[in-house]
Amino acid sequence: MDSFVNWSLLALSAPGWGGLLLQGFLHSIEIALGGYALGLLLGIGGAFGKLYGGPVLRDLLECYTTIVRAVPELVLILLLYYAGTDLLNQLLGLLGLGAVDISGLMAGIFVIGVVQGAYSTEVLRGAIKAVPAGQIEAARAYGMSPAKVLRRITLPAMLPYAIPGLSNLWLIATKDTALLAVVGFAELTLVTRQAAGATKAYFLFFCAAGALYLALTLVSNLIIGFIERHARRCFVEQR
Amino acid sequence: MTDTAEAVAVSDLHKRFGPLEVLKGVSLSAKRGDVIAIIGGSGSGKSTLLRCINMLELPSAGTVSVHGEEIRMKPDGHGGLVPADRKQVQRIRTRLGMVFQSFNLWQHMTIIENVIEAPVHVLGSSKAEAMETAEALLRRVGLYEKKDAYPAFLSGGQQQRAAIARALAIQPLVMLFDEPTSALDPELVGEVLSVIGDLAREKRTMILVTHEMKFARSVANHIVFLHNGIIEEQGPPEDIFGAPKSERLKKFISSIH
Repeated sequence: MDSFVNWSLLALSAPGWGGLLLQGFLHSIEIALGGYALGLLLGIGGAFGKLYGGPVLRDLLECYTTIVRAVPELVLILLLYYAGTDLLNQLLGLLGLGAVDISGLMAGIFVIGVVQGAYSTEVLRGAIKAVPAGQIEAARAYGMSPAKVLRRITLPAMLPYAIPGLSNLWLIATKDTALLAVVGFAELTLVTRQAAGATKAYFLFFCAAGALYLALTLVSNLIIGFIERHARRCFVEQR
Repeated sequence: MTDTAEAVAVSDLHKRFGPLEVLKGVSLSAKRGDVIAIIGGSGSGKSTLLRCINMLELPSAGTVSVHGEEIRMKPDGHGGLVPADRKQVQRIRTRLGMVFQSFNLWQHMTIIENVIEAPVHVLGSSKAEAMETAEALLRRVGLYEKKDAYPAFLSGGQQQRAAIARALAIQPLVMLFDEPTSALDPELVGEVLSVIGDLAREKRTMILVTHEMKFARSVANHIVFLHNGIIEEQGPPEDIFGAPKSERLKKFISSIH
């Protein structure tokens, strides 16, 4: 036994697992980015639907946010991944089209996006309500159309109120990607488990994975801090 | 539409909030160059009347015309009215420069960005042209040095002066002031009134709701006294303040002195 930790297992090229680990990490980031972006789109639509939509739309959105936030994410992921692919293929079958093999990446982005969408709907709804009504009224008084009020006033004005909540959601998204390991998608956690299982170096690989997740969080915090300072530049800070 | 057309004409305006009737048939007209001050106690409906002119509040009955063009309304199915043509309302709003009690500057934009917003993004002016006009306006209201500051860093009086510059930037036919000094500390009222007074002296058409009676008397050529949703008395300031006829107006005037 030359050393307690066999660092060579982390080498980038085989027989080291470092390259695969980084690839899994990259997949995790891809899914987190894609899912977060999809969630943000769903959230903007959901928040405006809940605030300004008709009664039917509002009820539907209430069902969406309630169900998604009530069911454990692991269950949702299993449900959406297996039932979702099955449903899509049955639908394609009905249309006379052949079954498709849905890529794990796309499915992962979809699943994380749907979950994130429910939470960001609520974050954005709160942020929009925090925009003083007078500012929206002023925009209307100067002849802006509803679409222009949204783009020029409501969305930028709500940003400072939304950023803390949206930052949390981003950090959660990065870690939710690990749940996709259960459906066999080769993101960081699954690759780590495979590497650890094959080499029996559990401690080394799970620490390495932890370090990668931590690095992602630290870099994210730097970027979030920058965005938040920029968004809050119009506020008089008081402590 | 000629230049002799009334800048604003309000006819038999009613406004109900549920069972409460705030305006009970008000008619008002402003010719070009008129400065009309609407006075009255709280709850008299004066702010509601002003907000009906640019449809921030939708009247329950009656008509509003701006520069001879009537805003077309249709029933909303619940006994009220909604604009028949949103585009028409948006276009007419660009003729009316509204100044709010609580300034309502867009907090995420600098002062000059606030001033050029409507010219660039509603009226379609070029940014360079809008900047030039905005700088001139900010110089006029004494805020040129603050042009790159955000509204939250300015005093109330400065914010209201910036809001007046923002309203002037759309080159409105009529300026609407909704209690422009009511949210200000007493020592800041003067600077805002002096800007509004300058506008009145250059014969700008204005309708203002105000509690500043001395100011109303000195700048307006027509005073409207509103009480419980109807015009109790109106006329030139000398008559209204010098020789009030109705008991209510007499009481109102003595209560504020």
